[in-house]
Amino acid sequence: MHRFANPAEFNRLADRILPWSLAIMAGAFAAGLYLALFASPPDYQQGDSVRIMYVHVPAAWMAMFTYMVMAGASFTALVWRHPLADLAGKAAAPIGATFTALALVTGSLWGKPMWGTYWEWDGRMTSVLVLFFLYLGYMAVWQSMDDEAKAGRAASILALVGVANIPIIKFSVDWWNTLHQPASVMRMGGPTIDGTMLWPLLIMALAYKAYFVTVFLWRMKLEINRRKLSVLSQAEVYG
Amino acid sequence: MAEFLDMGGYAVFVWAAYGLCAAALVGLALHSLKAGKQARDRVEALRPRRRKGA
Amino acid sequence: MAAPLRSVFMAVLARDMRLAWSQGGTGTMALSFFLIAVTLFAFGVGPEPQVLSRIAAGVIWVVALLACLLSLDRLYQADFEDGSLDDLALSPLGLAGVAGAKILAHWLATVLPLILITPLLGLFMHLGADGYLVLIASLMIGTPALSLIGSIGAALTVSVRRGGVLMALLVLPLYVPTLIFGVGAVDAALNMVTPMENLALLGAVSLVALVIGPIASAAALRLALE
Repeated sequence: MHRFANPAEFNRLADRILPWSLAIMAGAFAAGLYLALFASPPDYQQGDSVRIMYVHVPAAWMAMFTYMVMAGASFTALVWRHPLADLAGKAAAPIGATFTALALVTGSLWGKPMWGTYWEWDGRMTSVLVLFFLYLGYMAVWQSMDDEAKAGRAASILALVGVANIPIIKFSVDWWNTLHQPASVMRMGGPTIDGTMLWPLLIMALAYKAYFVTVFLWRMKLEINRRKLSVLSQAEVYG
Repeated sequence: MAEFLDMGGYAVFVWAAYGLCAAALVGLALHSLKAGKQARDRVEALRPRRRKGA
Repeated sequence: MAAPLRSVFMAVLARDMRLAWSQGGTGTMALSFFLIAVTLFAFGVGPEPQVLSRIAAGVIWVVALLACLLSLDRLYQADFEDGSLDDLALSPLGLAGVAGAKILAHWLATVLPLILITPLLGLFMHLGADGYLVLIASLMIGTPALSLIGSIGAALTVSVRRGGVLMALLVLPLYVPTLIFGVGAVDAALNMVTPMENLALLGAVSLVALVIGPIASAAALRLALE
């Protein structure tokens, strides 16, 4: 049973963190939503549609952050052969894909009133779209192979190739966008953001991050149990 | 209240964005919990049988 | 030590190039696909010269990219299935060297003919006269990255039955920078701006791919061979 020693350790750690992350998530969502929907002022240009920012921008941040978690896990899996690392990537991927999809959809819903169109080939939006494709590929590799260990390593290789390419993709998309810049596009976000809007944004970002930690730990426990199941059922068949 | 729901005329966009976020995040969390419980139950179900056999 | 290394490399290279142009090889098929797919665009958007010439560079680049992708999906599969990849893995060249030879063979035998035929497609698509040289230069500089990155996808999916669609899903997002800079160079030339920036960036992407491609392909192949 020693091969479960490490996962058991992890499960204990997860159970210690989870109450905290759940509490932070609940508190931050309550405070963040209150500030975002009630307490913060409408933007003088964008009106109340600016409130979409509070769910959109954190989703875009977390989309990138989760990919970095996945890439870090993949690196750990390939270099140190840590037995839980590829599972960490597998557990993070659906969360990252969800954040990415939400960033795209909410961006589109913000774009309609701001740009007059649901989709603008804006540099940031286009990069996030490509990031979404990278998530799809990563998850597809996991699903395509029956051998868990091989699938994990193949997916890890892909995640690392992807992370090496992300800066290049980002740069190329920005480059492409400035070449084809339509005349009047209102920039989203921007560095000049008022404090009355910054606080709700940061608190929502904290809520999203706590959500990530919580669901990530749940999914890690799930993936560990799934791996146990495949080991146990193999032992039944061959043992 | 009606004014709040109207969101300065942007009701459709604002509420659709918040609604979709809530639906997706809650859905993913519930799915993770449910699948986690299923997997845990199946592990528990397999274990005692193995011990008896051994 | 250098001599056997080079001879193994050359042997793999020569064999793959011969296979590409033997019956049922990817060489003729990719070339035919390239021609037909570009023609389809004319049917799709209509024959007006202004419209065609506006999209010519983009269409030719996208179709070249797809032809490259389609011809790559079995890059390692035959050797993997008949076991010769196991032998090659044990050769002094190593898997990264074998991958390098096979990628080079793919580019020389399958991609280079596509590039050579692009002037004809440029005529079909009413490409502006200033675009031809830059189009060929951009393809020459940029397509090696397509073969190199595609090789990673082919190696990752080598043990997957019907891995072609999966490979497309993995590789196409990574092709975005090459496509952008490649088409950007041609558009710049057509707009009387220097294409050098785009060409330099295109070259940079290819160099990065040259570093990552053989190593990542070898890692993926080693995994499949275990």
